[in-house]
Amino acid sequence: MNVVIMGCGRVGAQLAALLDEDGHKVAVLDTELYSFRRLPSSFNGTALLGDGTDEDSLKKVGIEEADAFVAVTQGDNRNVMAAQIAKHVFNVPKVVCRIYDPLREELYHTLGLETISPTTIGAQMLRDKVIG
Amino acid sequence: MYIIVVGGGKVGYYLTIALLGEGHEVLVLEKDAKRCELIAEQLGSVVMRGDGCEARTLADAGTERADMLIAVTDEDEDNLVACQVAKHKFKVPRTIARINNPKNEALFKKLGIDVTVSSTNLILEHIQEEVPTHPLVHLLTLRGGALEIVEVRIPPNSPVVGKRMKEVVFPPDSVICLMIGGRGAQVPTGDTILEADAQVIAVTRPEAEGALRAALTE
Repeated sequence: MNVVIMGCGRVGAQLAALLDEDGHKVAVLDTELYSFRRLPSSFNGTALLGDGTDEDSLKKVGIEEADAFVAVTQGDNRNVMAAQIAKHVFNVPKVVCRIYDPLREELYHTLGLETISPTTIGAQMLRDKVIG
Repeated sequence: MYIIVVGGGKVGYYLTIALLGEGHEVLVLEKDAKRCELIAEQLGSVVMRGDGCEARTLADAGTERADMLIAVTDEDEDNLVACQVAKHKFKVPRTIARINNPKNEALFKKLGIDVTVSSTNLILEHIQEEVPTHPLVHLLTLRGGALEIVEVRIPPNSPVVGKRMKEVVFPPDSVICLMIGGRGAQVPTGDTILEADAQVIAVTRPEAEGALRAALTE
């Protein structure tokens, strides 16, 4: 599978490494070169400097051939915007978007985006740890 | 009208003054405490501190009764999200977004934002209007129909000078509405003669713009 990941933070870099190990073709986009230090030295994919909310950067990173797009930058709104570009402009079949704000996550989920809120999931898991 | 302005920067501040002056009820949403203080000091209780992209803030602001939301922060993605939350969660009838990157204009329209204002494009258009050598000037884009009104000045050395309107082959979907020449403005007929240095006002499609310019100037 061809996967484009926007945001090379802890989650983005780890996801890239996991998919790469599984033999997928991975390209990671980040606005800071320094972020790519998080990728393991064994990483076989592409790392490209660029802004995922910019259509030209997305084209450069190969969004037109991508089977999946994952938006995991620190900014909810950047993720939402990039995910919508991937879905509605480039018709990427699978688009997943991280949104910290649970209310925003709920809204964009109802608008048809595949969304994950680490806030909601994290709080639930912590509750289970505390109670269990 | 009740209008919510997201972003209390320079644009938001002066926009709010203008809207208040027109008698509207305005509420500015601004994240920065200092900006909030400044706006409150200058304009009174028209500002609320909070993130205009957050549903909770928008609920507190009474967005469900707003007639319009205008998002004018520096970040295109924030303006997009504020407008989308307002539109889909609070059913605000009209949303307007400021755009910094002109490339986002088409995207925002596709994603349901009613009106976009691109300061970059506005400045570019003004430059085009001011530079007399530019043979084609955009006067107005008609929303929805993908049509635009343009102005073309006929250069004195153009081969169409002295020809009748019906002798010139114009691209499809292009209509000449007005010719302003030595005898003033006239609505042209097939027999109207094209004059050197006349301004021609036409309705056309963006993709036919080049062909229209070529038909009148080359």
